[in-house]
Amino acid sequence: MTVQASPQPAAGLATDGLAIEIRDVHKWYGKFHVLKGVDLEVARGERIVICGPSGSGKSTLIRCINRLETHQRGRIVVNGIELTDDTKRIEEIRRDAGMVFQHFNLFPHLTVLENCTLSPIWTLRMPQKEAEARAMHFLERVRIPEQAHKYPLQLSGGQQQRVAIARALCMSPKVMLFDEPTSALDPEMVKEVLDTMVELAQEGMTMICVTHEMGFAREVADRVAFIDRGEIVEINTPEPFFSAPQHERTKLFLSQILR
Amino acid sequence: MSDMASPVSSARQVSVRQDIVPRTFVRSQVSPDLPPPLAVGGVIGWMRDNLFSSVLTSSLTLLSIAFLIWALPDLVRWLFIDAIWSAPDGDACRAPGAGACWAYVNAKLEFFAYGSYPRDMVWRVDLTLLIGAGLAAWLLWPSAKHKSAALVLFLVVYPVLAFHLLHGLGPGLRATLSLLADLFGSKPLADVAANSLPVVGTNLWGGVFVSLLVATVGIVVSLPLGVLLALGRRSKAPVARFLCVMLIEIVRGVPLITVLFMANTMLPLFVPEQWSPDRLMRPLIGVALFASVYMAEVVRGGLQAVPKGQFEGAMALGMSWWAMMRLIILPQALTIVIPGVVNSFIALFKDTTLVAIVGIFDFLRAVDTARLDPVWAGPTISATGYVFAATFYFVFCFGMSRYSMMMERRLTRGRSH
Repeated sequence: MTVQASPQPAAGLATDGLAIEIRDVHKWYGKFHVLKGVDLEVARGERIVICGPSGSGKSTLIRCINRLETHQRGRIVVNGIELTDDTKRIEEIRRDAGMVFQHFNLFPHLTVLENCTLSPIWTLRMPQKEAEARAMHFLERVRIPEQAHKYPLQLSGGQQQRVAIARALCMSPKVMLFDEPTSALDPEMVKEVLDTMVELAQEGMTMICVTHEMGFAREVADRVAFIDRGEIVEINTPEPFFSAPQHERTKLFLSQILR
Repeated sequence: MSDMASPVSSARQVSVRQDIVPRTFVRSQVSPDLPPPLAVGGVIGWMRDNLFSSVLTSSLTLLSIAFLIWALPDLVRWLFIDAIWSAPDGDACRAPGAGACWAYVNAKLEFFAYGSYPRDMVWRVDLTLLIGAGLAAWLLWPSAKHKSAALVLFLVVYPVLAFHLLHGLGPGLRATLSLLADLFGSKPLADVAANSLPVVGTNLWGGVFVSLLVATVGIVVSLPLGVLLALGRRSKAPVARFLCVMLIEIVRGVPLITVLFMANTMLPLFVPEQWSPDRLMRPLIGVALFASVYMAEVVRGGLQAVPKGQFEGAMALGMSWWAMMRLIILPQALTIVIPGVVNSFIALFKDTTLVAIVGIFDFLRAVDTARLDPVWAGPTISATGYVFAATFYFVFCFGMSRYSMMMERRLTRGRSH
């Protein structure tokens, strides 16, 4: 049924060191079959944008990668570590895979700086001074070092999301997962977050982004995947994906969001 | 009506309209802030808002004023003006028309504070309370430094110290000390080993210090144990969850009096005779357990109020379950439930009076016993004693309430806009 469903990374990218390997992953919520055999390979340094209608399973898929959701069949390997029920492995994978959420999920009782240093100090056993220096480095990169000592709720939505990106980067992740990072933002704040993500992409970070920002997809994605009803319907490089979508469902979806 | 379409009137309308358009108001400057109207601020404004905002509130205000006029003068007269402030015995207080007999409270103050603890050794109680108060102040002072050191001192060192100060050196410790004295040939140490801190049995303990002891042990045990029980109840491990649910539901399902009776009569049955807990230890365990299960439910409420995103945010950073709970979830959950936690503490503090029924001589029991003293017996003695007891409990509970409100403000600072 699926057209052009090539789970292999785009040409030119090294396939030997896969960042993420997803093989025939199924997931059910009760009786509801959310993911119906998803296959996806992500090479190191590759940027993948996943789009699809709401309820299609795209967030579920990205949340399976760091075990915020469990998959019931198939296999997921992140940076050479296969996801199992082993808590130690899960924690290891999560340290390697930074995640940015739709609703930021910053810790409101800690300052911006503490948000960024907490996990490096407690899970990577990094000395506080070093963790703070690193946090300031990333806060400067997302251009909000002056907010370091404020609390998250004192910042705008766009600033909070940039803090969330900095917080994830402080763990030196090998992969970044973005779960609709701009969907909860006011329109005028979307750009500042996207700019940060573009910079990150240009530096060679492996990224998987669930987003509806098709401009972003065109600009930075190596491949764009369209998910509908729990399966990857179409996956392709941006140019053919947008100009010549193969599948009817992709065409319909694109016509709805690109007006 | 017939001239609606008449050219004359429509021409006039047009001219009028042209006349208006250029005068459309456009502000050229930012408008300045004006002071609020007088009725909003000031005493009159406050009274209008708070005391006389409607017919109902006005009449309630007047009723309250009438009640105060009726009750307050008599109360003030009894408590202060007609009160007997100093007297050698109950004669003055027995005079007709005499108010509260504060002289009696003054004379019985030591008894209220220490119960039957030997008078020449109450310095031991004072020292224990002083050290405890110092450590508590260190812990509770918001901007104090080295709190973890204070916590270790308070939870580990202080209980041992307090036990030996209050109870005295046991035979084992005394023997060890004299052995050490022999070893070093130290005369002062031998003196200490032989004579200092003789044992004062818990049957002599009583009064305020026993009430504070029961309350402090209850508070200090119930918070961490309550947190553990709450975490256990939400745990995914079925055995741990089942045990926690059972304990919580069973202990919560019976009255404190029953728990105290059970602790008193059943604890000795479960442990070997030589391990049988002291008569004061049994209600301490009962009260602590009872307070813990209530605390567990309060904390569980807080855990449920922390948004799911906080758990996910912490997990996505690779934090372990314990680190997530300790650093992210519990700080937020406990801040949310401060009112409930303090509510439990206040209830616990007042419930300590129930230990009297298993023979522990707490503060209220001391007040209750002292009023039977024939030297002071009189018509106002009971009332005076109970007013004093009520004031004591109120001061402590109100203090806890105010402190918690202060902490709540501090902890939520910066978390809202």
